[in-house]
Amino acid sequence: MSAVLEVKNLSFVYGKGTPFEKKAVDNLSLSVEKGEFIGVIGHTGSGKSTLVQMLNGLIKPSEGQVLLDGRDIWSEPKKIRQVRFRVGMVFQYPEYQLFEDTVYKDIAFGAANKGLTGAALDAAVRGAARFTGLRDDLLEKSPFDLSGGEKRRAAIAGVMAMEPEVLILDEPTAGLDPMGREILLSQIVNYHKERGNTILLVSHSMEDIARVADRILVMNHARLHAFDTTERVFAQGASLDAIGLRVPQVTRIMQLLRQRGVDVPESILTVDEALSVLSALLKKEGKIW
Amino acid sequence: MVRDVSFGQYFPGKSLLHRIDPRAKLLCFIAFVVVIFFTFNYASLGLIVAAMVFLVAVSGIAPKFYFKSLKVILVVVLITSVLNLFYGSGEAIWEWWILRLTWNGIHRAVFVTVRIICLILASSCLTFTTSPTELTDALERLMKPLAKIHFPVHEIAMMMSLALRFVPTLLEETDKLMQAQKARGADMESGGFFKRVRSLIPILIPLFVSAFRRAYDIATAMECRCYRGGSGRTRMKILHMSARDIIAMIATALLIGGVIVCNLLLASVI
Amino acid sequence: MSFISIENVFFSYDNIEDGKPVVNAVDGVSLSVEKGEFVAVIGHNGCGKSTLAKHLNAMLLPDSGKVYVDGDDTCDEEKTWDIRAKVGLVLQNPDNQLVASVVEEDVAFGPENLGVDPREIRERVDAALKAVGMYEYRLHAPYKLSGGQKQRIAIAGILAIQPQCIVLDEPTAMLDPLGREEVLSTLLRLNREMGMTVVLITHYMDEAVPADRVVVMDSGKVLLQGTPREVFSQVELLKKHRLDVPQAAELGFRLRGFGVPFDRVPLDEQECAEMLLEVLQ
Repeated sequence: MSAVLEVKNLSFVYGKGTPFEKKAVDNLSLSVEKGEFIGVIGHTGSGKSTLVQMLNGLIKPSEGQVLLDGRDIWSEPKKIRQVRFRVGMVFQYPEYQLFEDTVYKDIAFGAANKGLTGAALDAAVRGAARFTGLRDDLLEKSPFDLSGGEKRRAAIAGVMAMEPEVLILDEPTAGLDPMGREILLSQIVNYHKERGNTILLVSHSMEDIARVADRILVMNHARLHAFDTTERVFAQGASLDAIGLRVPQVTRIMQLLRQRGVDVPESILTVDEALSVLSALLKKEGKIW
Repeated sequence: MVRDVSFGQYFPGKSLLHRIDPRAKLLCFIAFVVVIFFTFNYASLGLIVAAMVFLVAVSGIAPKFYFKSLKVILVVVLITSVLNLFYGSGEAIWEWWILRLTWNGIHRAVFVTVRIICLILASSCLTFTTSPTELTDALERLMKPLAKIHFPVHEIAMMMSLALRFVPTLLEETDKLMQAQKARGADMESGGFFKRVRSLIPILIPLFVSAFRRAYDIATAMECRCYRGGSGRTRMKILHMSARDIIAMIATALLIGGVIVCNLLLASVI
Repeated sequence: MSFISIENVFFSYDNIEDGKPVVNAVDGVSLSVEKGEFVAVIGHNGCGKSTLAKHLNAMLLPDSGKVYVDGDDTCDEEKTWDIRAKVGLVLQNPDNQLVASVVEEDVAFGPENLGVDPREIRERVDAALKAVGMYEYRLHAPYKLSGGQKQRIAIAGILAIQPQCIVLDEPTAMLDPLGREEVLSTLLRLNREMGMTVVLITHYMDEAVPADRVVVMDSGKVLLQGTPREVFSQVELLKKHRLDVPQAAELGFRLRGFGVPFDRVPLDEQECAEMLLEVLQ
C-alpha cells in the first residue's frame, strides 16, 4: 500500500498576530493509505474541520505540508484548484450550496470546472447520481423542487462527479432522520466499495463510525489524540470519555461487563457482535440452550 | 475574510459612553457630525480633535479597534487627501507637470483627512458603545411623532434591528458558501470583470434562497413569541434622561458654541 | 380535561420547500398532554410530527378536528394570543429564532410583545436565563455562541413568556452531541424541578428514554404510545418502520429471543449491564 495523503508537521493559526490568535491545528503528522475508509471524530472546535479543509487546499497551512501522492499541494499555489478536484470535499449541510436550474447541471458544475465535457461529463454525472440513488427523472428538475434528503444527495453527487481520488465528507448525515442516515451511509459505503477510493468521514455519530471505518482519527484541542484501527480506538473508552466523546452504547455495555469481571472482548462495536459474543458466553455457562 | 471588520460592531460594557441614553447619544452624534464639517480653522479643528480623543478615551474600548475601523477606509482617506493636496487655489509653492502644490491645498488636505477620520471615529464610538437594539429603539422613539401621520416608525425600526442582527450570520454564511463552491472548483480569483461577476452567481443564488428561508423561519419564531406589531408593546429597558445625559448634551452644545466662536474670531484657512 | 387535547385532527398543506401539496400530513390524530408531563414525540422526517407541533400553539389550525389548550379551542381567534402565551414553541434552527443582537434583549422580546411591565420583564429575563444556565452570557452577541447555547437562549426566550407548556420541534437536530446533552438536561431540569410541561419532538430515540410518555408517529398517524419501556419493547414494530431503538433495548430484546430470561427490556447501558450480570451469576 502507498500513502495517498501525507501530512507533515501541519499547523494552522487563526488570527495570527491579533489578540484572538488561536491554534486550530497544532503540529500534526499522519498518513492515509489508498483505499482506506477513515472516520474523523472530535468535538466542535477540536480542529477537525480546519484539518480537513487543509487537506484539499481550501485553507493554507501556517506551517507544515500536505502531500498528495508524494507532492506538496502548495508547491504551485496557482494550481491549487487542481488539488480540489482530486480531493473532493462535501461540507456540512451541502444542500444549501445548490444553485443551478436543474439537478443535472448542478451535479455537473464541479466536473465541468474540472474540464470534463461531452460523454465523459455525462457519464460522470449519471454515475454520481446512481451512487446517491437519484432517479433519472429527478435530474431534469430544479434542485429547489427536491425534498430535503434528495437535495442533500444531489449536493453529494456534485462532489462525487468530480471523480476525486479522496472524498472528504463533513457530517453528511447531520439533521437526517434514522432512515435517511442509514440510506446515505450505505450509499457511501457502496461508493467506496465500487470505486475503491479513499474516504474521510467526519461524524459525531460513533455508531455510524463504528460500522464503516477501518481506522479512526481522533482530534482533541487542535492535536491528534489517536489514529488507529476502530477496534483499538474504541477499546480506550475511558480515554475517549475524558475528552468528551462517547463510544457507542453497546460498546459501553460490554465495557461495564468487563469492569465487573465478565470475560468479553474490550471493543465490541455493534449489536450483532455483542449478540454473538454474549450468546456464546451464555451457552457456555449453561444459561441458554 | 469578510468577518474581519470591526466597523459597526457593538462591544458590551459599562463605560460612561455606554451608559448615556441612546437618544441623547444619537442626537449628540448627529450634532457632532454636522459640526465636524463646519470647522474652518485650526482652532476649531483642534477643538473637534480634542473632543474626539476624549470620547475615544472614555468609551472604554481598546484603541486598536478604532484603528481597525479606520483601516477599512484608509484608501478613501488617502485618495481624497491627495486630490485635495493638488487642487488648492492660490499661489503655487511647487509645480511639476499637472501637479500644483499650494498652501491652500495643504490646508484642505489636512482638514479633509482629519474630518473623515473624526467622522469614522465618531461613528465607531456610537456603534461600539450602543447595541443595535438600543440604537433602533432610540430612533423609534425620536421619530415617534411621525407615527401620527401614519409613518411606519415601529416597522422600520424592527426591520433595522433584524437586519443588524443578521449581518454577522449572513457574512458567516457567505464565507461557508465560498468555501463550498471553491471545493467544487469554482474559480473566483481569475478572469476579467464579467467572468468574476458571473462567478458570484453560485454564491448569490444560494444566499438569496437561504435568506428567504430564514425570513420565513424568523417570522414564525416571532409569531410564536406573541409578536403582533408595535401596538401594546412595552420595552425592558426604559429610557429616561438622567443628569448624565443632560450634561452630555450641554457639553455638545458648548462644543458647537466653541467651534462657532473660533470660526467667528479667527480667519478661515480653507 | 387534559391541558392539551387533540381530537381527531386532519391537516393538509403545500410544502414551502418544493411547493408540493402534502395531503393529510396529520391524518386523524387524537392525543392529550397532561400538566407536568414530559412527552416525547418521535418519528421520521415527514411523519407529521412538526406539523402537529404547530397545532399546539395555534400557528396552524386543523382542517377538521379540534385542538383544545387549557379548555380553549385554538380556532377561536380571540384566544390565539392567550394560547401562544400558554404554549411556547421552540424551533429547530437556533439561528433563525433569535431576533436581537444581545442575548438579554432577545429573551425580553416575548414579554415585551405581551406588554409586560418593564421591571417585571427584567425579573423574568434574569430568571429565564438562570433557568437555562446562560445568565453569565446575558450581554453576549448570540452569533458568537455555540449551537447548544443558542438553543438554550431560545428556550429562555420562551420561558420569559411564562408559558405552562413548552413544545420543542427537533431542537437538537442541528446540534453536536455536547449541545444535545446541554439542551436535553436543561429540559429535564425544567420539567422535574419547575414542573414545566414539555413536549419534545425529536428523531433521536435516546432523547425519548427519560420521557414520561413516548408517542411514535408514522405517516401522519399515531403508531404507538406508552411509557418508554412499553414503546421500546416493541423492537420489531419500530424496526419495521425503520425507526431506531436504543442499542441497550435492542440487545436486551434480541437476547430474550435467544431464551435469556429477561423480565423487561433495558433502556440504558447501566440497566442492561446489571440485567446481564444477574443472569450470569
